[in-house]
Amino acid sequence: MNVVVCVKLVPDPNTPGQLDPETHRLRRDLADAVLDPGDEFGVEAGLQMAEAHGGEVRVVSMGPERAVDAVRKALAMGATKGVLVCDDSLRGADALTTAKVLAAAIRREPYDLVITATESTDGYSGIVPQALAELLGVPAVTFASEMSSDGSLLTATRQTERGSETVVTGLPCVVAVTAGVNEPRYPTLRGIMGVKSKPLERLTPTDLGLAASVPTPTGQTVVSVTMAGQRQAGEVVRDDGDGAHRIVELLARLRVI
Amino acid sequence: MANGPVWVFAEVVDGRVAPGALELLTKARSLGAADVEAVCLGPGAREAVGELGRHGASTVYISIDAGFVELLMGGPGADTLAPLIATRKPELILFPGTHDGRDLAGRLAAKLDLPVIANGLDIETGAAITVTSTIFGVTQVVRTEFGERRPALALFRPKAFTASALPAGPAPRTVEVPAVIDERHRRARVVDRSTPVATGPALEEATVVVSGGRGLQEPANFELLHEVAGLLHGAVGASRAAVDAGWVPYSMQVGQTGKTVKPTVYIACGISGAMQHTVGMRGAQAIVAINRDPEAPIFKLADLGIVGDALTVLRQLRDELRSRSG
Repeated sequence: MNVVVCVKLVPDPNTPGQLDPETHRLRRDLADAVLDPGDEFGVEAGLQMAEAHGGEVRVVSMGPERAVDAVRKALAMGATKGVLVCDDSLRGADALTTAKVLAAAIRREPYDLVITATESTDGYSGIVPQALAELLGVPAVTFASEMSSDGSLLTATRQTERGSETVVTGLPCVVAVTAGVNEPRYPTLRGIMGVKSKPLERLTPTDLGLAASVPTPTGQTVVSVTMAGQRQAGEVVRDDGDGAHRIVELLARLRVI
Repeated sequence: MANGPVWVFAEVVDGRVAPGALELLTKARSLGAADVEAVCLGPGAREAVGELGRHGASTVYISIDAGFVELLMGGPGADTLAPLIATRKPELILFPGTHDGRDLAGRLAAKLDLPVIANGLDIETGAAITVTSTIFGVTQVVRTEFGERRPALALFRPKAFTASALPAGPAPRTVEVPAVIDERHRRARVVDRSTPVATGPALEEATVVVSGGRGLQEPANFELLHEVAGLLHGAVGASRAAVDAGWVPYSMQVGQTGKTVKPTVYIACGISGAMQHTVGMRGAQAIVAINRDPEAPIFKLADLGIVGDALTVLRQLRDELRSRSG
């Protein structure tokens, strides 16, 4: 089973990002960047599928040159080869543009399964997997918290607002996995050393035959970025045995009890 | 706002119109559109028409094919709506940011090459259509203007608007549209559904929410949260960390990828306050946080922060509430 995993380099979620007030784009200079923690679950899921059914795991990413670090991390975890689509014209690309670029990169070779995270940790629009599936003409199982396959059909548990549903789909398909779908492995020393010998291609939209249509000229423009009104921090007290009583007083004041 | 109608994608859950549709219809009425119309797909759509009308839809497009629930919503929904969009030419389509709402909006955007903005909290129409959303865990507010291509697609967070019904008026026009379900969409089927049995008020509707995170140390300790929530006629929520660890079902998750709650009081127990979580609860009227770590980010938005052991405080809280009600 040939698996493609889409990955993204994001600002380290532990150090919140900032948009540049001038360009309205992410200030990548300020943030430490990492492979999106949500994508680690996707890479692990892809590796498990390829280990169970044979085949290779191809990693596809779009982003600045630095995003090569995200691809390398996935290669160190065990992926077979990587592709990074990188171009100035893609800066600030919206979700649909991202999906178009990823779809074009994925189509270059045969695939059975495309895995993404549910949403990126920085942009979290959560619509790239579905757009990608539409462009590829395949089903998309989103919010997948479990998946397995017999090699020709894929069975996934899809989280819903009220519980879950079991979805059975033919291949190829797109599966967007949730965090917690598995326990991502750490790259081994051997894995890290092996990255250099693995194929890692850098492509532009032109290489993918996309120059004319990407980015979408009819899309959208960020017109302003401002700091949100913050909640005022209230009183913080150390629990000296009266913490519970303080909560009861607050509940009574709000007439909850 | 130009002449085309504003559409709202309405979902039916357990035979009831999902709250997101009513919130969005209420907002749509204020956008200055010539017509506000709803789209409802799947069995139960016909029964939803009345309530959608009371919230402002003058026309409801329905398609009651079982395929919308036996298969996944995204593909069949997009194929069914595409010809309708071509003839009715809506200016704008509002979607609830639910799982199926996202699936459908993402599919439509790719199929018809339409602009889409997600995570909306507000929308204005004038010379342009502008959506307000927040990023980086609501630390920054972004206003994004759609280009000229129509319809514009916008997804909104739950509870972005407050639903209100209109005084009684004429029933909306019902237009039945044929389902368009391509063979390729029949390859993915929903073969089973399960809904955890819930007691007490629904998480999204509860006046008090008591939530737990990894700081509770082990899943069995959620029982204590249920006891406290029960005494307060509230509901129990959880952080993503607790859900990902398999301690509690996903239906209890509060946050960006879970539920959005706006209770009178939100009590966060052993939750650090990652942005993932705070997106879903910062709208609470009052926030109480109990955490061992005085540096936990949750204290930055708590009205009352208790630095201490969550289990100890919860046991004392349970006992004090019992003695009050006893």
